[in-house]
Parts: sequence; C-alpha cells; structure tokens
Amino acid sequence: MIRSPAQLPGLSVIYRGGEAVQKRVVVTGLGAVTPVGSTVESFWQNLLAGKSGIGLIDRFDVSEYPVRIAGQVKGFQAEDYIEKKEIRRFDMYAQFAVGAAVQALRQSGLQITEENAARVGVYIGSGIGGLQTMLENYNVLRDRGPKRVSPFLVPMMMINSASGQISIMFGAKGPNLAPVSACATGTHAVGDAYKIIARGAADAMICGGAEATICDLALAGFANMKALSTRNDSPEQASRPFDAHRDGFVMGEGAGVLVLESLESAKARGAKILAEVVGYGMSADAHHITAPDPVGFGASLAMQAALDDAGLRPEDVDYINAHGTSTDLNDKLETIAVKATFGEYAYKLSMSSIKSMTGHLLGAAGGVEAVASVMTILTGMIPPTMNYETPDPECDLDYVPNKAREQAVDTVMSNSFGFGGHNASIIIRRFMEN
Amino acid sequence: MSDVFERVKTIIVDRLSVDGAKVTPEATFKEDLGADSLDVVELIMELEDEFDMEISDEDAEKITTVGDVVNYISSHQ
Repeated sequence: MIRSPAQLPGLSVIYRGGEAVQKRVVVTGLGAVTPVGSTVESFWQNLLAGKSGIGLIDRFDVSEYPVRIAGQVKGFQAEDYIEKKEIRRFDMYAQFAVGAAVQALRQSGLQITEENAARVGVYIGSGIGGLQTMLENYNVLRDRGPKRVSPFLVPMMMINSASGQISIMFGAKGPNLAPVSACATGTHAVGDAYKIIARGAADAMICGGAEATICDLALAGFANMKALSTRNDSPEQASRPFDAHRDGFVMGEGAGVLVLESLESAKARGAKILAEVVGYGMSADAHHITAPDPVGFGASLAMQAALDDAGLRPEDVDYINAHGTSTDLNDKLETIAVKATFGEYAYKLSMSSIKSMTGHLLGAAGGVEAVASVMTILTGMIPPTMNYETPDPECDLDYVPNKAREQAVDTVMSNSFGFGGHNASIIIRRFMEN
Repeated sequence: MSDVFERVKTIIVDRLSVDGAKVTPEATFKEDLGADSLDVVELIMELEDEFDMEISDEDAEKITTVGDVVNYISSHQ
C-alpha cells in the first residue's frame, strides 16, 4: 500500500495537502533584453514590425564554421544596470539577467525593504549559464597554468549566479533557485514562481530566464547536432518556423524577466496589474535526449496540464505563443500536440513564433515569450511568424504569417520544450476582478 | 619604491574601480578599498604578472594594506 506523505511519521506537520492556500498571481513588471531590442518597448515594436534580429556573427571568426549566423544582443549597456566595478564579475548571461530584472522591477514599482525581504524571491534560470567565462578561463588554464585561473570563475559560471546576484543587489531573501531545463527553462521559471506565490510561500517573485552562449564552442556543438539553420547567405530569412523550407533554429541570446506578485500584494501597494498567470503544466517526453516524442504526447500532456490547472477549456485560449523553433521536428510535433490538445478548435486559434525574429534564446526563450504574451494581451496585437512562405502539409494551423494581427486576446498559452524532453506550458490571462 | 607604488596604484585603480586619491600606503584593501577576498586573490595575480614575481599564499595572507604590497614587492625584486 502506498501511503500519502501525511501518513508518514514526522511529515504531517509540514504537509498541508488539499488544505493548501491558493492565491491569485498577477504580473506587475516586465523586462527584456533581446536581439530585437534591449527594452520591452523596442522589443515589442520590432516584433510587431516583423523586424529580424538575426545577422552574421561578428564576435569571433566564424569562417570555419558551417553556421555563421545568430541573433546577437546589440545596444545593451551593462553599466546602465550594474556598477562599473562589478560588471567584470558577471558573465554576459548574468548581465542580461540583471538588465531584464531591473527593467521589470522598475516597472512594477516594487520596493524591497527589511519588512518584505523574506517574501520576495528570485527564480531566474539558464540553459547553460556562464559558458563564456568558463571557456576564457579554460584558455588561461591551458596557456598559463592553474595559478592564473580567476578566483571569479566559479561564481561567474554557475547557472545560479544570476539568481544569487539579483537577490544580493535587491536584498530579496525569499525563495531563490535557478531552474534548468534547456530550452524550456524560462517557462519553468515563470511557472514555478507562479506556484510559489500561489501556495503562499512568497508575495512576489522576480522570475525568468537568461542566456549568452553565442561563442565558438556552443556554436560548434549545436551546429554539429545539425540543429541549426545553415542559411548563412540570408540570415534574416533563416528562422522560419512552420515553413516547409525550415532547416533548423538560429541561436539567440538575452533575458526575459517578469515580476509576479500575489493579487493581494499588488493591490495593497496600488500596483498596475498587467495580466494574471492562471495555469502551469509540465511533463517529460521520456523518449530521447534531443528528439521530440514522435507523436507529440509529452508536449500535449504539458498543455493539457496547464489547461486543467487553470480550469479552462481549450476554446478559452485565443492565442498560442509557440515554441516554434524552426527545426523540422519541433514545428511538426508541436503542431500535432496542439491538435491533440485542442481538437478541431486548434484550427481556429492563432499561433505564432517570435523566434522567427529573435532566434532561439534557449533558456531565456520562455522568459522573453512570457513577456511577449503579456504584451499581446495589453496591446491587442499578435506578433507574426515571419518568413512563412511555403505551407508544410504537416503544419496546417494559423501561424499568423508575416504580418502582426490586430486581435483582442484575453488568454494566451506559451509553450517551451527543451532538450532532455522537458515540456512546459503556462497560461496568462487578461486580469479581471472576478 | 615610488615607481613600485605608482604601478601598484594603477592596477588597484583599474581592478577595484576606486578613486586614485584613496590609494594611499595606509589604505587597507578590505575596509578602505572595498575589496573582498576574491578581489584580493585576483589583485595578487595581477601584481605577480606586472612585477614578474611569485607571491606565496603564506605571504599573500599577511598583506592587508597597499603599503604591505609595495614593501613586499620592493624587498623581493
């Protein structure tokens, strides 16, 4: 017989089971550092204009690489967010994370004080973490020996360094972790943070994802998996989710961070409420370390779990912000999974991939796409799937091709799927009092 | 001696982003210049490179002020 945790001796005190509190959780701040803009405003304007952030990689010599394109963040000034002395102590991924977190906190107006410090947490994940710092120091080790490896290597390369640094900068002493699930990281971070607040363990969470892996080693690794587009001659057309001639994803970088807050907390301080997080589902494919489940079952499980969590029917979802990576398998299987979850209604909803413009921000993708989901609700505009030219018979939904769509959207599902077979879906709704 | 001090000062100002006026022989790395233990380790590495010498861990632990470093370097060159 399997006993519930409440029946185990010593655990009854902490296990609250069905009596757990369930608080409403709202979004009060957004921050974005992306290849199409390093503020939420520029990011959103460029997405609606269909502008691509993808170009030739100019940070290192790519002449020997089969892939020479990526979505690099341009115009981001770390000193706008981090004290000059400290910048060298932050890997680029953590600099992006801080930039987006500061933007989100500023918008929310949330002040972290001695009184509320223990009730504000940070949950910022990354797929890979401080890879560039690790590589620079490996080169030092190889060329100059162990005595010259930086004492800052470890605190800069660890994936939890952004979550730690941001808690230090703002004195946030609540729940703190860095989730890791490859390309699903950002959505897991927002979903987990939502649940932490919902169950009463924090009043506010600074959450999202950050990534900065456009460097020689990662480019070579992803390219050799044949996961990346090799459309080097037309970078802006390389990321083409759901198009029949898609040939892989394009690496991106950046960070997307949200301030989530209990409705009570947001109301008590008179904060402007941007949207509400109402559902979260996750699952595993349990199939292959990189290839998606061939029938899309795992992805469908996560979407269904999010709907169940939200208490919504498929018809309640107006728009899906797709994972849509531009790989042959992802786009086909995501389409199958959406149809399995939504049935005939799948053909009626709008679904688009901003990766057609930003490239794939890996662990940051879910954070940035959650920001885009909130902006869709706020502006009544759906960002397009660019470069959609030739329909693929296996991808036959409404992908909002090539032009932003004006449409009132109350409910958005945002999907992320990661290597390892991790699937995460969140549902964000227009905030309504009841 | 003064040449050593100036070179040490330049490195400290660069690495710790402090005002040059604060870098006096009496200034302590931790309290006066705001360096943490990792900053000090890194600074010692930089100084070893700059002056082409090795400062043992034992000796490094005894260094607390800018003057300590300057004296150490001057007497070991």
